[in-house]
Amino acid sequence: MNAIILSALLGVVMMFSGIVTNNKSVLKYIAAVGLLLLIAANLLDTYALFKININTHGLLSFEKFGLYFNTLAFGATFIYVCLSGRDVENAGINVAEYFALIFFVLCGVSILSGFNGLLMLFLGIEILSIPLYILTGADKRNLKSNEASLKYFLMGSFTTGIMLMGIALVYGATGSFGLEAPPVIPTTGVINPSFLQVAGLLLLFVAMAFKVSAAPFHFWTPDVYDGAPSVFTSFMATIVKAAGFIAFIRLFQHQSVVLGPSWKIILSFVIIATLLIGNITAVFQQSVKRMLAYSSIAQAGFMLFALFAGNDLSREGIILYSVAYSLATIGIFAVLIKMSDYTFDGFNGLAKKQPVLAFATTIFLLSLAGIPLTAGFFAKYYMLAAVVKEGGALWLVIIALFFAAVSVYYYFKVIQAMYFKEGDAETAEVTGAFKTGLILLAALVILVGIWPSSVLNWLYF
Amino acid sequence: MIPVFLILLPLLTGIVGFFIKEANAAKGWALLSAVLTLVVAVAGIYFYPSAQQSFDAAWLPALGSRFTLSMDGMSKMLVLLTAISFPLIFLATYKNNYKNTGAFYALMMLTQAGLMGVFVANDALLFYFFWELALIPVYFLCSLWGGEKRIAATFKFFIYTFIGSLMMLAGILYVYFQTADHSFAWQSFYSVQMPPAQQSLIFWLFFVAFAIKMPIFPFHTWQPDAYEQSPTATTMVLSGVMVKMGIFAVIKWLLPFFPAAADKYAQVIIILSVVGMLYASLIAIRQDDVKRLIAYSSIAHIGLMSATLFTNSRVGLEGVMIQMFNHGVNVIGLWIVADAIEQQLGTRKFSDLGGLAQKAPALAIMLVVMAFANIALPLTNAFIGEFLMFNGLFSYNIWIAAIAGISIILGAVYTLNMVQKIFYGNTNAATENAVDISGNIKLALVVLVVIIIALGVYPQPMMDLTRDAVGAAMAGK
Repeated sequence: MNAIILSALLGVVMMFSGIVTNNKSVLKYIAAVGLLLLIAANLLDTYALFKININTHGLLSFEKFGLYFNTLAFGATFIYVCLSGRDVENAGINVAEYFALIFFVLCGVSILSGFNGLLMLFLGIEILSIPLYILTGADKRNLKSNEASLKYFLMGSFTTGIMLMGIALVYGATGSFGLEAPPVIPTTGVINPSFLQVAGLLLLFVAMAFKVSAAPFHFWTPDVYDGAPSVFTSFMATIVKAAGFIAFIRLFQHQSVVLGPSWKIILSFVIIATLLIGNITAVFQQSVKRMLAYSSIAQAGFMLFALFAGNDLSREGIILYSVAYSLATIGIFAVLIKMSDYTFDGFNGLAKKQPVLAFATTIFLLSLAGIPLTAGFFAKYYMLAAVVKEGGALWLVIIALFFAAVSVYYYFKVIQAMYFKEGDAETAEVTGAFKTGLILLAALVILVGIWPSSVLNWLYF
Repeated sequence: MIPVFLILLPLLTGIVGFFIKEANAAKGWALLSAVLTLVVAVAGIYFYPSAQQSFDAAWLPALGSRFTLSMDGMSKMLVLLTAISFPLIFLATYKNNYKNTGAFYALMMLTQAGLMGVFVANDALLFYFFWELALIPVYFLCSLWGGEKRIAATFKFFIYTFIGSLMMLAGILYVYFQTADHSFAWQSFYSVQMPPAQQSLIFWLFFVAFAIKMPIFPFHTWQPDAYEQSPTATTMVLSGVMVKMGIFAVIKWLLPFFPAAADKYAQVIIILSVVGMLYASLIAIRQDDVKRLIAYSSIAHIGLMSATLFTNSRVGLEGVMIQMFNHGVNVIGLWIVADAIEQQLGTRKFSDLGGLAQKAPALAIMLVVMAFANIALPLTNAFIGEFLMFNGLFSYNIWIAAIAGISIILGAVYTLNMVQKIFYGNTNAATENAVDISGNIKLALVVLVVIIIALGVYPQPMMDLTRDAVGAAMAGK
């Protein structure tokens, strides 16, 4: 609860600080300090040292898992603000508002990690999404940014409609907004869901699949990620997406039994479609930014494995995947923003001009590709292990591994451009602090890649 | 602690190497590091008690994976091969110039660390880690310092092996969940009893990874391009040491775990290997490029080893063991000669060469010894290995042995043809002003020739070294 209240308050504080000061870097520091406070407040909550207790009548419930995810999300946002804060300043004129919106998104994140009823899920998703529509359109004079924002808003509201319909159907069928497993009929030992409940859950599934950009509900993703100012794409593709997955898993961890055996069939169809479309389309992109958009779809395909397996290993896995994927993507986008040309050719010869940037980007790309010694390896490892442990779906794992090999193709194209091709990669001014930050982030990626337990142990302690 | 040193020494010196700007300092540093590693390897294997030859520490307790390193006879032999190869490679290519020398040698040393790790890891996850890590520096080495078509060739190589590794990862995961104690330790994997039906799929998941690495037909298409385009020092590592990873892995990580599947598919694999031998030998005859010829010849030799692996014969396996070492030594020797010619004359094509024996007699003598070893004449090391392997193949199936035997003849055809075209005949414009090899190359080649002849006359030490590994691999039979 601490995090929900404080993040909303911090959003308001950020808005008002925009009136008090016009100095952009002061705003950045306020945001960074706010994030540290948020982390501290959340930790106090996690370890029951100080928590605000409000009776939510079971609509919200805070467990270790959700609270720990909050800490990670806030931590990732802190890293993001440290690395790309200066670029947030340059995204448009209303800097204070951007930071405020980011805090509101974090409020949505903390609701999504703790919701215990469909109503709160809906609120969380909306609190998360509406600021994003605005951030996508932050670059007001850019036609692409406007287009992306409008597209995102229209598609998003349509999905909201679908989600509400789903919630209404489930409520109509069960008379409850609760997430607990449906009752088992004592005589037969099976559950007997009504048609309305199944239909409602399917609609909820579609809505959530849209939010995490799983195929075939992914069509908004490339345009929105490409059109939005890069610095906000970075935020959207990482922290927001991970939160979407946490909510997705929370929603279906008990409800999936309602759909019976068809659950795994539907899900494996969605997983394969997501991997296929994300990976194959990414191969043909000319722009690194658009490639990253498709790659984020492909990565979502891997994250869906957590939903598919639904065991302890997958709960750990989604945490690790969120961390690995977020760190690497934040890092790559931080570099991308500095580039003046977003195409692959724009990276030609970066290793000569900016060896530190090229080296860090290489580590991030290796992590996204899932090469050992980087965090991405254990992220993929946990996902696949969770499915193998469940048994009976080794074919799905093998398909996923093929696509992992495809992903190497487009990630390594960037490495090839940076190291092996001659060129004159133009970058904006790069400060020493930025380089240090990147190196630290790369070190973190490697650290998690050697000792994934450094992230996972906190789930239990 | 010895295996830890063997990994850490090249790793740390390699990382330092990145920061050495001066070309000669970088070369000296690399040579020093490689020699030190050799000293540690020899001392550790021959003079330290076996308690020092393994290491065990907690790594990922939640996953059941430990940082376990150990050396059986086969590991020791391959560690020795790795440790001997690198100083010789650095020595023979000492006068080659690379842009950004520090990084080149640093990446070479990182490769060595990865290779050492593969050979001593005794935990499946750790093994997978090193298996992949050995690949990354090679990828950069070939792509940065290679020939004209290096980027495409290296990328093909990388994607191939990466797909293979991922298949292996799926296999490792599957076996892991079958282990009684949920552990990645080799012993736990070994004690898993899988029904034959299950073994089949998992067997292929592992085997594809190893077959790509070796490579055997039809997974070999990355190999000639990668060998040709890589800088020759890296090619030596690739063909001398790295392909042994595949054979090593089959013996240690495949045959003991899935004996039923190995028996079931032995015939398919042996036939594929033999087809590959003949196919590669025939292509080698038609080559006009020294590097491509050695590449195809290497496929043929590896084919014989992989065929013998599945014959289920003790003698054959002993042959594979010594041949792993011998092939490494011989092929590195051939590459050194090829590199010496290319560095001096700027061409690798037979059609441009000729009459070099008059100008460079020392080089000619060395090459002829290497060539004899390549076609496994008696008194050279390869003779013992090939003899034992054919013995194994013969006991499996006389017809297959006979067909495989054709490749020996073909091997003599292309190897002697190469010697003749490069060294005999009349000198031409290109070779008119050639001079003999310099001292560093001579020294490296002399060491190799001594090894070739010494092991050819007295192979017993090598057989003693690997005896326990042969015994372990055949234990389930």
